[in-house]
Amino acid sequence: MGMFLLRRFAVMLATALCLTFVVFALTNLAPNLEKVAKTQGNTRMSDPEVDSWLANRGYGRSLPVKYGEWLGVLPGYVIEQPDGTVRGRCFGQADARPPDAPARCGVLQGDWGTSTVFREPVGAIIATRLALTGKLMFWVMVLMVPAALTIGVLAGMREGSRTDRALSSVSILSTATPEYVSGVILITVFASSAVGLRWFKGTATSAMENATLENFLLPVVTIALFGMGYIARMTRASMAEVMQEQYIRTARLKGVRFRNVVLKHALRNALIAPFTVIMLQIPWLLNGVVIVETLFNYKGFGWTLVQAASNNDIELLLGVSVVSVVVVLLTQLISDVGYVRLNPRISVT
Amino acid sequence: MEPLSWTGILAPLVTALWIAAAAAAALAALRFAAGFVLAPAEGQANADGTLTASRGPLEWLEQAAFLALSAVAGVVLIFVLGGAALGLEAGLIGGIFRRLIPVWIALGITLAGSYLLRGRLGLYGKLFDSVIGTAGLVLVLFWVFAAVFGTFDLIVTHNPLGQSGAMKNEVPGTPYTRMIGETAEGAYPVYLLGGDNLGRDVFSRMIAGSWTVVQIAPLATAFAFMVGITLGLPAAYFGGRLDTVLTFLANLILAFPVILLFYLLVTPEIVATGIPTYMAAVMFLFPILFLTILLNARYHTRPALRLGLLAAVIGASGWLYLSLVSERLGAVHILPDWLDLFDVPGGILVVFVSVVFVNAPTVFRIVRGIALDIKTRDYVAAAQTRGEGPWYIMLWEILPNARGPLIVDFCLRVGYTTILLGTLGFFGLGLPPESPDWGSTINDGRKLLAIYPHPALAPALALLSLVLGLNLLADGLREESLRD
Repeated sequence: MGMFLLRRFAVMLATALCLTFVVFALTNLAPNLEKVAKTQGNTRMSDPEVDSWLANRGYGRSLPVKYGEWLGVLPGYVIEQPDGTVRGRCFGQADARPPDAPARCGVLQGDWGTSTVFREPVGAIIATRLALTGKLMFWVMVLMVPAALTIGVLAGMREGSRTDRALSSVSILSTATPEYVSGVILITVFASSAVGLRWFKGTATSAMENATLENFLLPVVTIALFGMGYIARMTRASMAEVMQEQYIRTARLKGVRFRNVVLKHALRNALIAPFTVIMLQIPWLLNGVVIVETLFNYKGFGWTLVQAASNNDIELLLGVSVVSVVVVLLTQLISDVGYVRLNPRISVT
Repeated sequence: MEPLSWTGILAPLVTALWIAAAAAAALAALRFAAGFVLAPAEGQANADGTLTASRGPLEWLEQAAFLALSAVAGVVLIFVLGGAALGLEAGLIGGIFRRLIPVWIALGITLAGSYLLRGRLGLYGKLFDSVIGTAGLVLVLFWVFAAVFGTFDLIVTHNPLGQSGAMKNEVPGTPYTRMIGETAEGAYPVYLLGGDNLGRDVFSRMIAGSWTVVQIAPLATAFAFMVGITLGLPAAYFGGRLDTVLTFLANLILAFPVILLFYLLVTPEIVATGIPTYMAAVMFLFPILFLTILLNARYHTRPALRLGLLAAVIGASGWLYLSLVSERLGAVHILPDWLDLFDVPGGILVVFVSVVFVNAPTVFRIVRGIALDIKTRDYVAAAQTRGEGPWYIMLWEILPNARGPLIVDFCLRVGYTTILLGTLGFFGLGLPPESPDWGSTINDGRKLLAIYPHPALAPALALLSLVLGLNLLADGLREESLRD
């Protein structure tokens, strides 16, 4: 088990390094840097002005050097400006290099850089936004997991019955409805001032401080619906398989009531597979989070991703990708380890 | 002219429809609840060995629910047929069904033909045994025909890009005027599904938008499958270091959040650097590679036939490949203009490439998993003993035996690609902003969603029905192929 975990962490580290390097390379392409210069400086800058603007801010050097600085392996740049002051990665703009400024300041030193759009440290932005998205995800899980498991178990306990077909159709419908479709439909029905019921609000901006049923239910339901169908179908398949096992038949023949067979004999074995599915579903929910936070204007992690990406905010985007990669790889690891722990017939070695 | 109502002279039928629908819903719910309390009636065994079915309350409930559902279907059928016959007399629904007449005819012919020949059509013919599969097929075919006839100008009522100052955000059924107070001669009299925020016809845009999806989604999925199969089979068959490297790369791409990847790849700045064109140049090599290896493995014992076949295939696909990659003003300009068959607009190409890029690793993982399983079968060992080459075994022994799950996954993946295309449009990436594709239209409409929901609702429901159709189709195929 120890070797397994060690190897997995090594792969995780390699993946995270490769991924951040790709993001770094793509955001540092010449046209993207020009966009940064024109949005941060002046839109009407000429090409030589753009070049000097970029050079003065340390963007002009080679890619591996810049990446090394961001990682904190290489010392941060110190560039003399045309007006005689000095600008450095680790101390900003000053008349001379402050003596107490550290040589290296990157991720390894705990410095995630500064967002060019929000003009705040990346670490602080991500912490607050992640907390908001965590609140959203918590309620999504509270709604989605029990609903999906109930549907799956009810459908799978009598395979091929009317109940099974009806519930399976419902779960197919829910997997066929992406968030931007269910969001539009839900807002039209429950929040539109023209035709709808006006029970809920079509925006969740106020839910960031004060979440109520009125402003928070629609976004939560929108995300939960898309993920629910898939988990329900996997639960159904697993339940249907367990119900055909010998020990279930034995229990039935022994005269155990059907309800007790389902609850006491089948359920526990049937829930091993859905556990891994739920863990693997979390990265997919991230997409839903981005869409829903944009649609409902809830300024969480997904909304930050969109802002960072559309403004080519390099360091914020890198921070966002590190967090999402860690989420993806960590959930994979938990699902693998959990699968082994729950199922004594499988071992990792 | 008065604004049109939804149902026109068929309005009295609406009450009947509601009553039938309410009855069907109530009876179905009752049947569902009763299923937990009542036991189904048991058949009675007779002395001569036959069974007599008897009816309990559960069966009566079922019968009643079925009757109510049939009534709903009947009323809907009257709406369809009456609408197609009466046109705008039967309100907006009539007008829409009238416009869709070419689709109904094509749908009818295809379904009737396939149903009659179902015995000879293999898996496709068996689809008609399952209600779910047939329903999915109908939905998918509906959108395919709507998209194809839409490009021939048979269904759209107005120019999908044409704006009208008088029609901004007007509700469905508003009479069409190009400017306020100016009546349009010869134009279709109403906007069937209303106007959007620039006064464009929502109905025509919905139909025109289906063409984008029907064009890109299956083709992009097919490319993703070519890439996934060409890499997944050797990874599973040879194993070792090749497998480790390819799996790591696939997991690397899969660890990217899809939307972040789209934002990194599908921006005008990236298109300007030419990266999508280079990616296309690499990815579009895989189909040629796939076909070449496929034919070579099969016919390498018959050199004369092989030479001719390979020359023809490589020549034709190579020409297509070069025309696709070479662009007059783009990053790669290889072919002279007179040989260049077509140019793909940069926006479409980048969307296509990114969708293939996102899908290929998942296909790779599926193919690899199935191949790892099939590799251990006896017929593979038999082929190895016979002295067949590794590529022959992979492409002519393993791949045909993996087709069942792959066909099912293909249907699901076309649906998922449709969702991805919608996601791109929803974030305004790739396609031009006035493009009528569903995602962009939803994105346009969502800003005023609380006040004018109809411009976003129409494409949303369209996308939902197409993806639902594909998922149902996949489910039907899975059921039928398992029964085999």
